[in-house]
Amino acid sequence: MANTPDDKTPSEATPSEGIPAPEGAANLIDTDYVIGQDNITANKFGLDVDLHGKVFTFSSIVILLFVILTLALQDQMEPIFNSMFSFLTTNLGWFFLLGANVFALLALVLIFTPLGKVRIGGADATPDFGYLGWFSMLFAAGMGIGLMFYGVAEPLGHYGTAMGGISVGENGVRTDWAPLGAAAGDQAAAIDLSMAATIFHWGIHPWGAYAIVGLSLAIFSFNKGLPLTMRSIFYPVLGERIWGWPGHVIDILAVFATLFGLTTSLGLGATQAAGGLEYLFGIPANDTTLVLLILGITLVALGSIMLGVDKGVQRLSQLNMMLAALLLGFVIIMGPTLMIATDVADNLVGYVTHLPALSMPFGREDANFSQGWTAFYWAWWIAWSPFVGMFIARISRGRTVREFLISVLLIPTLASVVWMTAFGTTAIDQVVNSGITEVQDAALELQLFTMLENLPLSAITSFIGIVLVIVFFVTSSDSGSLVIDSITAGGKVDAPKPQRIFWALIEGALAIALLLGGGLAALQTAALTTGLPFTLVLLVGCYAIVKGLMSEPRSGKPEPRKTKTV
Amino acid sequence: MFNTIMVPVDLAHIETLEPALAVTADMAKHHNARICYVGITAITPGSVARTPEEYEQKLDAFAQKRKEVHGQPVSVKVYASPDPVADLDDLLIKAIKEVQADLVVMATHPPRHLDTLIPSHGGKVATHTQASVFLVRPTDAQD
Repeated sequence: MANTPDDKTPSEATPSEGIPAPEGAANLIDTDYVIGQDNITANKFGLDVDLHGKVFTFSSIVILLFVILTLALQDQMEPIFNSMFSFLTTNLGWFFLLGANVFALLALVLIFTPLGKVRIGGADATPDFGYLGWFSMLFAAGMGIGLMFYGVAEPLGHYGTAMGGISVGENGVRTDWAPLGAAAGDQAAAIDLSMAATIFHWGIHPWGAYAIVGLSLAIFSFNKGLPLTMRSIFYPVLGERIWGWPGHVIDILAVFATLFGLTTSLGLGATQAAGGLEYLFGIPANDTTLVLLILGITLVALGSIMLGVDKGVQRLSQLNMMLAALLLGFVIIMGPTLMIATDVADNLVGYVTHLPALSMPFGREDANFSQGWTAFYWAWWIAWSPFVGMFIARISRGRTVREFLISVLLIPTLASVVWMTAFGTTAIDQVVNSGITEVQDAALELQLFTMLENLPLSAITSFIGIVLVIVFFVTSSDSGSLVIDSITAGGKVDAPKPQRIFWALIEGALAIALLLGGGLAALQTAALTTGLPFTLVLLVGCYAIVKGLMSEPRSGKPEPRKTKTV
Repeated sequence: MFNTIMVPVDLAHIETLEPALAVTADMAKHHNARICYVGITAITPGSVARTPEEYEQKLDAFAQKRKEVHGQPVSVKVYASPDPVADLDDLLIKAIKEVQADLVVMATHPPRHLDTLIPSHGGKVATHTQASVFLVRPTDAQD
């Protein structure tokens, strides 16, 4: 605990004579609401509970009903979700694309404005976590697992469709899935386009959405003194009404998106890890393996929850960061090193060049790509944003807005560029130059392992890959439980520990039930549909950030106090 | 025998602290010791205070009120944590060193089966410090 904020020596311990001025200027919102005033506290069977009555009760009931319905009426429910979602991406795809552009642009612009000097938590606040631990947690929460899954699969997928060129159906509508105008038969152009499209989906836009949620929550909680729940960012719009039903609904929606997002990912991730284990050790990827995997992941997550953010999530995230760096370094060295090195720069240029066309919300001719890929991704990132954003907010006190945005927006984007280039280029090189087509032919979740098999030491690297997948899920389950607990406790982060354990167990149990009952895909679609309301929430967040930051004192470095008592 | 008595204080549950506060006052007067009230709070806004600084002010006001009762010198120290529930024990152990306490007086709950899984804070702290630790049960549990 070397980095707690109040790290003073005994002689500096606050003397009791005279009340000290608050550390650093901050601009609290004047409200009569007392955090936790709507909470129910009780002591049952020696266990303390401290919960927001309405948010906890309603979200629990909704979740329960939803799962029962999904399991019982699977055949009826799935088509409903599917048509709902395809309606959203087809008709409102432009809205997701436009929204994501707004988030990314605002986050980018804020870096360069004087507002970037505002410090989260007041002018004199000091960070709670070191750079490495902080960044590892940001990255693990934000993407982690996806990079493992899509690092090989997505560049290869886009490369294939881009090479295939444009095909038009009888009704004059494009039937191919290639990005933009494709690059029929032009290998170099196809590689360029496919890498740009991949990086586009893992670059500034997703991190922009996270940054908006994280920053608005952090400002309204740490600087404005409102509870750390989604409703707080609506204060500039709704005022005191956020303490009533409008606020409850926002929070319930956030619980819903977080829990279902996590559950489906836990289920799908277990499927991927099981696939990897079967591929590597011949352990059959049947229901028993899946259930055991989820139980194992949940158990480790419970241990991590008991240890808390500092010793649990932070250490696991750092471990994963190290393993990921190791795997990345290995692929770069063992893969086509020179090609990867030049491609990083080329892909960055390609990304920037194609960015305007790729992010254009209107008049797109590549509907399959822009709706099926981009809008789908955007809905997914935005649905995840309450979870990631709230977790990022919680660990970012003491950073300036500029520091926050550079670390949440630019550095992860660069990391994605390097990661996608290393894995994508290696895989494409195997297909194009070595004529190994098995990577392309493998199932999506196995493409990473197939690519690694064509490099030396594949038994070790594949194993590291599986460990990475599993640990990323542990940290997701852990930080997700923290987030859900704090939303359902009315923004309290010091609610009794058993409540977090409760949520971690619920996540595990739901994932198992849905995996065995077969409702995971339906639920994932349902979680994605929460992307629509949350796009609106995020747009409000944009307004709230600007409004909130404008009324904050700006100070890059803590200024020395004017009055100093000796 | 004792120079500095440390008392962990949770301003949100002040009523449960009464027995421990009474014991502290007696001990401090007997040994002519100073008392340091230690608070652990979240960095996020909570029910007691909206910033760690506000928490410190409230704890300080609390300490001054206690001083009127027992007349011994008082001081306060506040630790803010991103995860106070999980970090509580570690922070208390750190606080003992930093305020150089030789006696810790802590309120605790009666023993229960759950302690095997989630140990009481008092018990955990006692096993990790050189200072003497006095665990005070709630009065109704002593009947």
